[in-house]
Amino acid sequence: MWRLKFAPDQASTFAEQYDWLFWATTALTIFFTIVVGLLVIFFALRFREGKKVDRSNAHDHHLMLELTWSIIPLIMGLGIFGWASYLFVETRQPPKNALDIYVIGKQWMWHAQHSNGVRENNMLHLPSGTPVRLTMISQDVIHSFFIPAFRMKQDVIPGRYTQMWFTPTKPGVYNLFCTEYCGTQHSEMGGYVVVMEPSEYQEWLANGGENVPVKPMTMVQKGEKIFKDKACFKCHGDQDIHEGPSLVGIYNQRRVMKDNSVRLADDEYLRQAMYDPYAHILKGYENTMPSYKPKSTDDLEGGLSEEDVLNVIEYIKSLRSSPTAPAPAIPPLATGVPPTEVPN
Amino acid sequence: MSAVPATQAPAPKPKSYLENGHTVASWLLTGDHKRIAILYLISVSIFFLVGGIAAGMIRTELLLPKGVFLENDSYNKVFTLHGIVMIFFFLIPAIPAVLGNFLIPLMVGARDLAFPRLNLLSWYVYMAAGTLGVIVILLGGVDTGWTFYTPYSSLYSNSQVGLTIAAAFLAGFSSIFTGINFIATIHKMRAPGLTWFRLPLFVWAHYATSVIIILGTPVIAITLLLVGVERVFRIGIFSPELGGDPILFQHLFWFYSHPAVYIMILPAMGVISELISAFSRRPVFGYHFVAFSSLAIAGLGFLVWGHHMFVSGQSMYQGVVFSLISFLVAVPSAIKVFNWTATIYKGTVKLDTPMIYALGFIGLFLIGGLTGLYLSSMATDIHLHDTYFVVAHFHYVMVGGTIMGYLGGIHFWWPKMFGRMYPDNWGKLSAVIVFIGFNLTFMPQFVVGYLGMPRRYHYYYLQPEFQPYHIMSTLGSSVLGVGYFMPVLYLLWSLKYGKKVGDNPWGASGLEWETSSPPPTTNFLEMPIVTKEVYTYDAEKAEEEFEHRQELIEEVTG
Repeated sequence: MWRLKFAPDQASTFAEQYDWLFWATTALTIFFTIVVGLLVIFFALRFREGKKVDRSNAHDHHLMLELTWSIIPLIMGLGIFGWASYLFVETRQPPKNALDIYVIGKQWMWHAQHSNGVRENNMLHLPSGTPVRLTMISQDVIHSFFIPAFRMKQDVIPGRYTQMWFTPTKPGVYNLFCTEYCGTQHSEMGGYVVVMEPSEYQEWLANGGENVPVKPMTMVQKGEKIFKDKACFKCHGDQDIHEGPSLVGIYNQRRVMKDNSVRLADDEYLRQAMYDPYAHILKGYENTMPSYKPKSTDDLEGGLSEEDVLNVIEYIKSLRSSPTAPAPAIPPLATGVPPTEVPN
Repeated sequence: MSAVPATQAPAPKPKSYLENGHTVASWLLTGDHKRIAILYLISVSIFFLVGGIAAGMIRTELLLPKGVFLENDSYNKVFTLHGIVMIFFFLIPAIPAVLGNFLIPLMVGARDLAFPRLNLLSWYVYMAAGTLGVIVILLGGVDTGWTFYTPYSSLYSNSQVGLTIAAAFLAGFSSIFTGINFIATIHKMRAPGLTWFRLPLFVWAHYATSVIIILGTPVIAITLLLVGVERVFRIGIFSPELGGDPILFQHLFWFYSHPAVYIMILPAMGVISELISAFSRRPVFGYHFVAFSSLAIAGLGFLVWGHHMFVSGQSMYQGVVFSLISFLVAVPSAIKVFNWTATIYKGTVKLDTPMIYALGFIGLFLIGGLTGLYLSSMATDIHLHDTYFVVAHFHYVMVGGTIMGYLGGIHFWWPKMFGRMYPDNWGKLSAVIVFIGFNLTFMPQFVVGYLGMPRRYHYYYLQPEFQPYHIMSTLGSSVLGVGYFMPVLYLLWSLKYGKKVGDNPWGASGLEWETSSPPPTTNFLEMPIVTKEVYTYDAEKAEEEFEHRQELIEEVTG
């Protein structure tokens, strides 16, 4: 009746590398457990009271022996450490061409949005063979996005973005969990990840996903709409004006602040600019922009939800390719460089 | 005050601490470390029962993918109760406050701990904390998990977070008091001739533990207080909504709570060193290495907290450093296991109940320690973090390790505490049942964790493939429950009907065996003067004596 499963599906490039390390560690664990366990049992039985065995010349201490069994486990441990750290560092460096998908966690569902605006809840459709980067944020408490078949997990935190990336390898349906305890329905916050052939994914995306009757707006279109509705363009137009700087072409550029520090205009920077504009003011500007942080997640009242913010960021990104974009004053930086790194 | 003037009373059989007053007040107002240890023994046993009932409810609930009898919120409150009670009210105080309290003054040849009234106060504070805990349960419980992660605990939970924090805060002070007492006693009250390197390893382990308690516990106290401040006054500390940082909480929390694992396991390691040595009739192999490994664990233990946070959003570079130091902690732990193994070699091994527990400890701690490697290596931790693999791992260390050590110690020093012996065959049986039940319970959890089952999950109806492992685990836990309950019965029975024993029924070395069983209130009638090295066992002589005894028995019976 039951088919016992001993290992989760293996459906990402990382999962394959992961399992080599996992089973190597397991081999080491089993080896040491058996060797030490058998020695303990063997000694305890062999030297039992009443056994006529040689007990003479027993040492109470032995420096070489101590050093041996300190250094050998240390070297083995450092070996695993090196291997594991190498793999881990790789999981923190998404390739440049990765497909961007945005995820919002909230009590108690996952909400994903593809760049063309297709949205889904507790499901995530992905193309196989393509590196995918998820940019994630929580609207309330800490959650954690976990896909066992990809051996991938990343906490999703309120207040700032976290990222994870992977390359799915095998079409199929896999479990999706929340692994950071988040309240009443924590165990029901999850669903499935559906990996499809790239062509099927494109078709799925073009059809607006499932259960979506009308072709949705893309994220850029939604962002543009918000930009208009909130009248952002009044201060942030094509040109820098007294009221505010132009946002054209600023994404991933270095910006000089009032206090002469330099910051990279990445997702985190733009989100902060909307929610907490005075945390960093561009050189030459005053504290004139209102905050668009909502009073609470239930009461938006003039503010922007996390989803709105992501859409606006997508819109700002799209402004980069505008023909009217001014030539960037400072050469662009690769993503991932900490904004605090000042070149002079 | 180290020199306690010895009573010169010529009485051949002094009154034991148990007979020195029979009123309730003589117990509740006592300054005697032995009586306080007994008070602790009773209280931690009650909390162990409470935590155990919660564990039973969790295991029953997980039999079916859609649960058996609890609602989501009740399930969340039950696992929170299980964690908080077991950690703050059982595992942390169990060995230090019961065995440490009873034995450290005896082992160092002192009349009592340095501050007897502080010791009594620590029990009252512990009971006050426990009472608050019971009030929390009566008021509906708390649902944050024992980790109190923000902003869930500070802004979102609608349960009794404030009172629970107060309870944990108080419980922390109780262990700080105990830690202060141990350090002062070990430094200042050792008997003449009892140098540091003549101290039993049990004392070394408690010394290291006390250092962790004193340095770490204030941090968790302040952190929990800050959660309370944010919850009550909405001052932004940990919640981004109010301008705080939720990861900051995790740093502060694990700064204490990782070392807290060592607060739980180091005293158990101390117990195991005593047991292995006494029942192998050999001095502990590599005494200095074992002693200093306790201090190394205490020191390094403070530098590894970030390995709980590899996927929390902490910097990758921090992660690398925390991972590296975590691998270093594995070395002193490995040293202990290898030295215990070497102690048995060429010994004269008696497989009495305490020794069976000690051997069981080595087995479970091996697995618990080695599976820690998966979690301290950053890549493997990504997948296993917050799954049942972690649950299995820390139960192997904290339950497999600490409770095996605690029960082994209780069985070893029971005749010292009460002057009577329990039936050894029942003891051995319970030790074997605990060992088997434990593995049946937690081994399947490694597999289901690797399959991806997250911890703190009430339902798993979308993943029926997890169910066989949960059924195995629940069956195992009922075996484990029987194993834990048996000692309660035969130990209580032995208080009245157990065979009376002499001062040193195991023929063990150590100052605690040189006074009567049970000891008099002042511990020693004359101040002990130590002239011998620690662990004066001789395996060859022990074997000769054993053979001589066998011959005598044969002569008499044959």
